[in-house]
Amino acid sequence: MKQVICKIRENKKIALNTYRMVLKGDDMKQLKPGQFVNVKLEPFFLRRPISICDVKEDELTLIYKAVGEGTKMMSELKEGKLDLLIGLGNGYDLSKSGERPLLIGGGVGVPPLYYLAKKLREQGKEVSVILGFNKKDEIFIEKEFIDLGCKVLVTTADGSYGTKGFVSDVMDEVEYSYFYTCGPLPMLKAVNNKAESEGEFSFEERMGCGFGACMGCSIKVKDGYKRVCKEGPVFERKEILWQD
Amino acid sequence: MARLSVRLGDLELENPIIPASGTFGYGYEFADLYDIDILGSLAFKTTTLNKRFGNPTPRIAETASGMLNAIGLQNPGVDKVIEEELPKLKKCFHKPIVANISGFSIEEYQEVARRLDSEEQIGLFEVNVSCPNVSGGGIHFGSDPDMARQVTEAIKKVTTKPVFIKLSPNVTDIVSIARACEDGGADGLSLINTLIGMRIDLKKRQPIIANVTGGLSGPAIFPVALRMVYQVSRAVNIPIIGIGGVSSARDVIEMMMAGASAVEVGAANFADPYICKKIIEELPEVMDELGIENIRDIIGGCK
Ligand SMILES: Cc1cc2nc3c(=O)[nH]c(=O)nc-3n(C[C@H](O)[C@H](O)[C@H](O)COP(=O)(O)OP(=O)(O)OC[C@H]3O[C@@H](n4cnc5c(N)ncnc54)[C@H](O)[C@@H]3O)c2cc1C
Ligand SMILES: Cc1cc2nc3c(=O)[nH]c(=O)nc-3n(C[C@H](O)[C@H](O)[C@H](O)COP(=O)(O)O)c2cc1C
Ligand code: FES
Repeated sequence: MKQVICKIRENKKIALNTYRMVLKGDDMKQLKPGQFVNVKLEPFFLRRPISICDVKEDELTLIYKAVGEGTKMMSELKEGKLDLLIGLGNGYDLSKSGERPLLIGGGVGVPPLYYLAKKLREQGKEVSVILGFNKKDEIFIEKEFIDLGCKVLVTTADGSYGTKGFVSDVMDEVEYSYFYTCGPLPMLKAVNNKAESEGEFSFEERMGCGFGACMGCSIKVKDGYKRVCKEGPVFERKEILWQD
Repeated sequence: MARLSVRLGDLELENPIIPASGTFGYGYEFADLYDIDILGSLAFKTTTLNKRFGNPTPRIAETASGMLNAIGLQNPGVDKVIEEELPKLKKCFHKPIVANISGFSIEEYQEVARRLDSEEQIGLFEVNVSCPNVSGGGIHFGSDPDMARQVTEAIKKVTTKPVFIKLSPNVTDIVSIARACEDGGADGLSLINTLIGMRIDLKKRQPIIANVTGGLSGPAIFPVALRMVYQVSRAVNIPIIGIGGVSSARDVIEMMMAGASAVEVGAANFADPYICKKIIEELPEVMDELGIENIRDIIGGCK
């Protein structure tokens, strides 16, 4: 963990209520796919956790959806500085991917998979990606995944783009050695029901600190309790206890 | 004696800044960020006899200038704390620490204190009779003067270390509880714990916190904490650790003028994990500005 005061380079709408923010700051290179940052937004008391979407040299990209007070305020920021805690959480375990990893993202669960896909492609893996959205105007970074050389499938719940349905409906169309997924809980459960290999799930939880100090984000796993912000947000399929 | 040093009974602290129980883990997350040996002391998460997972999530909600939490005293249990957490903490913090303990019966409080008593790292006990987020424990013992006295007496019997009782603001008359603790032999008091509050998710039309209610902390509660420290310090003759919403050097001075001998900093550590360090660094400057030579001179100095 480290505190970095970043400079906002870009903050642009890229899809319905969805924004891309590019930040410049120190020590970005050490960040790993699946980790997150905790963003201070005045005048809010708690920081907002946002996943790492991409890292290039000293540049960090975040993609976020304006859903509440804080993220709406964030979407209005122009220039200036932003106070971030970086390097939070465990991140995905790339060593487990096998030769043909499948990445499955839903909505704002898609961003962390981009940096993961980039790293896996650098290692020469054959990467497939399933992106799920509600409708066409919510879709973002499909082309960016294609440009990395990934095989990309898109689903929309209303059928306005790609295959009509959910990400789990098209998992059969892909052959994969291992999977990585991030998205809303119902999607994670659907993926778990469908998946035919081992894999990793990224979880969300409301956080007090984001760095392991408050026990605000603890969830029960098979061998005890883990903090989503510290031992997570990524958990292996075999350790997760699914609850209704 | 240095400008910032204060005393809590027999214990001398290099400065009055102590991270509050439940907001600083066992210290090592923060040791990644700065040398935590600069702190006056450090209060660890409430420890109970048996390990506790705590409440279901969500356990956290944001509020104006603060937050609600309903952790439910998650901790690994006293034996694990002794075996694992204290040795790890010893590597990054070399001063006497504040051992925050709780229980679900007077015997349990006593047993936890007994097991921790021989740990030389522990400088004083802070007895949590004020957790609002568990049923049958904590606050149950801190809402009634008679119970508070009994817990105090019971713990005093099993330890020679100073015993501070951590009081709840969720009572009609905090002064009567404070007096009962003093009568029971308490060496000091810590106040306040969190104020019971609630938030509703408007879309879901249900409480944000799974436990329905949670404890409010952060700058929002500073004036309430200050008022209680002021009232209690005028009614008892034992030192007080002031807690609630402290997030700047000025807040520390205000809390001490109200009657606190030291302060604990809680939720502010989440918004700015460097806050304790900043406060310690800023104190001498603010003292200069206010013409304060030694910080201990201002304790209870509000006219
Ligand atoms: C590890 C992690 C990674 C995330 N990555 C992304 C991402 O890359 N892009 C993205 O758009 N969103 C992401 N989120 C969700 C994002 O944190 C929330 O959408 C955001 O906190 C909402 O803040 P708000 O002020 O707009 O909402 P409000 O509802 O006004 O927020 C009130 C409080 O609730 C918290 N909160 C509300 N919704 C969530 C949520 N879903 N998860 C956690 N806390 C929440 C807020 O942090 C704040 O403390 C991530 C969440 C986690 C836990
Ligand atoms: C997430 C969280 C967890 C807490 N856990 C404990 C605890 O285990 N024991 C305790 O005595 N107080 C606990 N507290 C209360 C704090 O120690 C402190 O009394 C309170 O938060 C008021 O101070 P603040 O406004 O500076 O946070 C907790 C507070 C928070 C925010
Ligand atoms: S959010 Fe504080 S421990 Fe995870």
